Amino acid sequence: MPEGDADIIRLNGAEKHFGAVRALGGVDFHVRRGECVGLVGHNGAGKSTLMHMVAGTLTPDSGKIGVHGGVEDNYSVSRAQKRGIRCVFQELSLCPNLSVAENTRINHASLSGLGWRRKAAALITAKLDEIFPDHGISAWDIVGDLSIGRRQMVEVARAFTVTQDRLDLVILDEPTSSLDAHTAGQLLAFVRRFIAGGKSCILISHVLGEVLRNADRIVVMRDGKVVVADAASAFDRDRLVTAMGGAEARQKIAAEIAAARPAAGPLRVRARAAAQKDGADLVARAGEIIGLAGLAGHGQTDLLLAIFAAASRARTGIEVTAPVALVAGDRQSDGIFPQWSIAENIGIRSLARLRNGLLISPRREAELAEFWQKKIGIRTPDMNNNIFSLSGGNQQKALFARALGSDAQIVLMDDPMRGVDIGTKLEVYDLVREEAGRGRTFLWYTTETEELDNCDHVYVFKNGRIVANLGRDELTEEKIIQSSFGDAA
Amino acid sequence: MILVRSLAGKPWVWSFLGALVVWLATIAFTGGYGAGGMVTAALSLAVFTVIVGVGQMFVITLGPGNVDLSLPANIGLASAVAMKVMAGSDSMIVVGLLAALACGAAIGAVNYLLIWALRIPPIIATLSASFIIQSIDISYGRGLQIKPPPGFADFTNWQVLGIPVLAVLTVLFTIGAAIALQRMIYGRSVLAIGQNIRAAWLAGVNVGRIRFLTYTLSGALGGIDGALLAGYFRGANVDIGNEYLLASIAVVVIGGTSVAGGKANVPGVWGAALFLVLLLTMLNTFGVSAGVRLLLTGLIIVGVITAAGGEKAVR
Repeated sequence: MPEGDADIIRLNGAEKHFGAVRALGGVDFHVRRGECVGLVGHNGAGKSTLMHMVAGTLTPDSGKIGVHGGVEDNYSVSRAQKRGIRCVFQELSLCPNLSVAENTRINHASLSGLGWRRKAAALITAKLDEIFPDHGISAWDIVGDLSIGRRQMVEVARAFTVTQDRLDLVILDEPTSSLDAHTAGQLLAFVRRFIAGGKSCILISHVLGEVLRNADRIVVMRDGKVVVADAASAFDRDRLVTAMGGAEARQKIAAEIAAARPAAGPLRVRARAAAQKDGADLVARAGEIIGLAGLAGHGQTDLLLAIFAAASRARTGIEVTAPVALVAGDRQSDGIFPQWSIAENIGIRSLARLRNGLLISPRREAELAEFWQKKIGIRTPDMNNNIFSLSGGNQQKALFARALGSDAQIVLMDDPMRGVDIGTKLEVYDLVREEAGRGRTFLWYTTETEELDNCDHVYVFKNGRIVANLGRDELTEEKIIQSSFGDAA
Repeated sequence: MILVRSLAGKPWVWSFLGALVVWLATIAFTGGYGAGGMVTAALSLAVFTVIVGVGQMFVITLGPGNVDLSLPANIGLASAVAMKVMAGSDSMIVVGLLAALACGAAIGAVNYLLIWALRIPPIIATLSASFIIQSIDISYGRGLQIKPPPGFADFTNWQVLGIPVLAVLTVLFTIGAAIALQRMIYGRSVLAIGQNIRAAWLAGVNVGRIRFLTYTLSGALGGIDGALLAGYFRGANVDIGNEYLLASIAVVVIGGTSVAGGKANVPGVWGAALFLVLLLTMLNTFGVSAGVRLLLTGLIIVGVITAAGGEKAVR
């Protein structure tokens, strides 16, 4: 493979760790001139981390980055910009309080002096016209007033505008996720023209057909590594799915435990997603572990929150017959009380039981905390230490202890293993199965397909709806992916 | 030494230290004359700030944006209601106090209804409520000063061995408030909401009810404060609560309660209230002019908060 000038960017042995989590473990990656590289993999496979490195927003812990054949020592966003590398990230990065034209100006320092707004407006309008004819967006619209699809169109168009810096490579991270089929088609056609003009693109998409049809070369990532990289023509849908999911048969640790579990008990939850039209319900019984799968952000968390809310105030379409507790995945915003000790953080869900008369008994609170420290293995010398003295995984254990130590018979888990090390995960899996054996019900949303092995059956979500209900015997990763990527490719 | 260190870790120590320094400075100036009388007067006046300060403390602890700006108007209206109900008769004192309490609690409840039903930020809701309350007060009291019954006036000024009885009762009340804050579900819930309202909801805290109770409590304390003030100063009037807007917030902050919410302490409210009263006495004793007095008050408050706030940055 010829190195040097033909490569726009080349990463060798890029590694990145976030705390105990290995996001990237030694990745080689490169993009040639006039090439569209498709990048696929599950949530958490490391795609975004890799792209952040290409765009200069993250620096690798080790490994080398080269751009246009020269090694970059102090690679950064502004350096990437100068060297012609742009990025359209999944999280929309426009300022909602500014107009489309003003947002365009942010990336183009050369649009200055009197009338800069007009110049910026002309620039972005021309690009929108080129990519999305009949787009119907005015440069003076305030971004916050635009629909999410139109915001994404602006974001994409802005990345392709050129003033003084060169433009060689655009990273498109899920560019069509908020676009309808028509505009998505317009964008992909434009990408083909862009490539034909000698420029390059990296296309990340969960719609596999899109990648297969538009990429020249496809790179498949899994667990922070590149598992396959080959010409697009060498792939078909099945080979992609297999490569993403891992062909080797995974051992189903949960199987024998499932066999030992008593038959499903009384109904605990019956819920219908707000967007559900066909009458499919989520049903959970006592002693069951129910998985909620599918791509991130397709309505799983919303349904969990709706069930949580329904436990305290009746809601139509949702029936909950026992107390509910929730284990947050986003610890900082949904779980942790930063001023409090570990013991107080665990006790908050069970205050009524910790009372002695009218007052909370410090002794009972300490007993509860100590019981769970032993049971779930929270590693700390003193449960009265502040919660932030714990590592991320142990903080998560404290949140599990809060839920499992409560009177809740239904435990909702909102992708709780995000950023948790594997040791902690295995301990918690055992605990969840044990508690289910005692009749507790678990609703477990996870973005990690391996975790679904612990579930009795799995509802697959797409666009806020349940699109499949897979029993344990039909639970394979391919099946889940097929359902959640249900495009007609 | 260990005692000193553990005391230094308590945010409320600073307010008491400040009060002590100010007191010592004043008696040094007077050569020891009037030292005891000063403490008595400070205790008598601090009581009124402490009562509303505790209510304000619970509200502020609910988290950023939570503050009760309707306290001055509330105090004014409740003082008029109490005096009218008592109508100068000693037999109606208890009824009048209950009426003031109910009036204040109703104002607090309305405040929360505005916040909850109309989704108005608490600052705006309580501020606009205070305008409405003030108008009601003006038309209800007709701008007249209404006298308290003699028994009630005596009670609010009653001293035993130089210690105001009202101050002793208020100490008992604040001990109760401290227990409620640290050891009761209500207080824990307030602290949880103040740290992270979403996490509190997801941990099963009944957020709406706790916030409702807190605003109602603050209102009720404002109401009782209004009645006591009318007794102490021998008459209700519309402006009687004016200085308690800033004072109630200042004692909470100087006392070491976090403005960001989720962290509160009751002793600090006492220390800060004594500090503010003594500071005013000191400046009066020094004979500085009104303008300089305000200037110095402002600067000294900034200084104390800076000194006491050293460890807040640690998160």
